[in-house]
Amino acid sequence: MVLNINGRDQHLKVDVRTSLLDALREHLHLTGAKKGCDQGQCGACTVHVDGKRELSCLTLAVAVQGRKINTIEGLAGADGGLHPMQQAFIDHDGFQCGYCTPGQIMSAVACVHEGNARTDADIREYMSGNLCRCGAYPNIVAAIKQARSSMERG
Amino acid sequence: MRPFAYETAADVASASRFGREAGQGQTDAPTQFLAGGTTLIDLMKLDVLRPQRLVDINPLVARHSEIEVGPDGLRIGALAKMSAVAAHPEVLATYPALAQSLQLAASPQLRNMATLGGNVLQRTRCTYYRDPSWTACNKRQPGSGCAALEGVNRNHAVLGVDENCIAQYPGDLGVALIALGAEVELGGAAGARRIPFAELHRPAGKPHVETTLKSGELITAFRVPAGPWTRRSLYLKVRDRASYEFAIASAAVALDMDGEVVRQARIGLGGLAYRPWRAEAAEASLKGKPLTEETAEAAAREALSGAITHGHNAYKPELGRRTMVRALLAAKTMEA
Ligand SMILES: Cc1cc2nc3c(=O)[nH]c(=O)nc-3n(C[C@H](O)[C@H](O)[C@H](O)COP(=O)(O)OP(=O)(O)OC[C@H]3O[C@@H](n4cnc5c(N)ncnc54)[C@H](O)[C@@H]3O)c2cc1C
Ligand code: SF4
Ligand code: FES
Ligand code: FES
Repeated sequence: MVLNINGRDQHLKVDVRTSLLDALREHLHLTGAKKGCDQGQCGACTVHVDGKRELSCLTLAVAVQGRKINTIEGLAGADGGLHPMQQAFIDHDGFQCGYCTPGQIMSAVACVHEGNARTDADIREYMSGNLCRCGAYPNIVAAIKQARSSMERG
Repeated sequence: MRPFAYETAADVASASRFGREAGQGQTDAPTQFLAGGTTLIDLMKLDVLRPQRLVDINPLVARHSEIEVGPDGLRIGALAKMSAVAAHPEVLATYPALAQSLQLAASPQLRNMATLGGNVLQRTRCTYYRDPSWTACNKRQPGSGCAALEGVNRNHAVLGVDENCIAQYPGDLGVALIALGAEVELGGAAGARRIPFAELHRPAGKPHVETTLKSGELITAFRVPAGPWTRRSLYLKVRDRASYEFAIASAAVALDMDGEVVRQARIGLGGLAYRPWRAEAAEASLKGKPLTEETAEAAAREALSGAITHGHNAYKPELGRRTMVRALLAAKTMEA
């Protein structure tokens, strides 16, 4: 099958049962997206499909051929400069162990694009699909606010 | 996950042909339609659903995901995403209960994936259903018994249950659809038809057969009739966490008021019942009366009067009554 990942077509031979998450991690060695629950409950596997945040663990790879998939590995600029959301998570210590972080960042970028990061309450509600076992939530909210400002400035 | 054959369907007729063995919501159906996959892939990973064939209906998105608001009501294609309907300005303004039922469900990622058709057909969250290492589950295995009757049943239903199954219907959208008197458009190899949403899910009796669909039939759209009650409508969801959690009790309420007096009340209950539940006796008890705390409480008692509890869920009738009263009184204060 052919998957379009971070702007490039990738050819792979996998079983039809393979989730998009396993295709990314096990077959394309893009290990940014994490396997937390593998059941749609934690958000660690969040990627963008045609620009929208979705869960790669509940997605069959075979079913997203022809769609544009973006992962955390494709977020930084071509020059390697960090995306404002990545920088903001560092500036505000938006993580402890870091396991949930790629999912948090992918979800947060989409949350800002959707216009659902206007208030603290909105950020909490619209980031509720990303669980953090370390409880870094207050710093994650602060990071998203900083990144929102710089993303809006462009 | 067990092996399966994967087909993609270009239109309703071919989906229905490929899906002729999709059954009526039976757990052991040999074919399943793949929409957003958020129920299906989850339950396949858990080895609860074991289809030999998946029919991917996502190519139908282009023709079956429109959201149309007109003078006769609302029509939504079955492949519309939960997130798109929840954020639609006219749905928000004219059918707030419906928009809220979607907005308060699942998470942003899941709402981007999940379709309305798949949503109403989601399976119960009964922990014994979701774990095949429990042998007693009439919904999975007809005649095997019900582990929840004597088990951990805090989240189980109290309305519409019998001794075969006390599973809770977990969805939020269905509660709004039943309150608003929605209809479902169906399509298949044998042609198109339309049924009331209230007839889509079967009552208790044979828990392994969930729907009245003909095998291979697809949901193609939902219709919600216009009415003087749709603007003054809301969905109230009570849950264990502030967000991203299923309801333990919920109410969809729509009111047509003449000043203080109820011309018509429409009430759906969720988190409490075996299938999407309309509280018709409670609606009738409010008709022609002023809406006050007393009349709302009397209606709520009526609505929960048939409740059957099983130990851990003994708190539900009272929570259900309070949820319904709060929803009614809040809807009363809305601008119509
Ligand atoms: C962690 C988590 C939390 C959740 N929280 C909530 C919540 O709070 N509230 C809530 O309401 N829901 C909740 N859900 C459930 C979620 O909303 C449903 O899984 C989703 O709506 C199903 O839609 P889908 O398109 O993904 O369906 P799929 O998984 O693709 O399909 C589900 C079933 O419907 C059948 N089907 C799908 N489309 C059609 C059609 N057009 N015609 C005929 N048959 C069809 C399929 O064959 C399958 O049997 C949650 C789910 C998860 C994983
Ligand atoms: S309540 Fe229903 S789904 Fe749950 S174990 Fe009993 S029969 Fe199975
Ligand atoms: S790994 Fe996908 S949601 Fe947890
Ligand atoms: S930083 Fe450890 S889980 Fe979030």
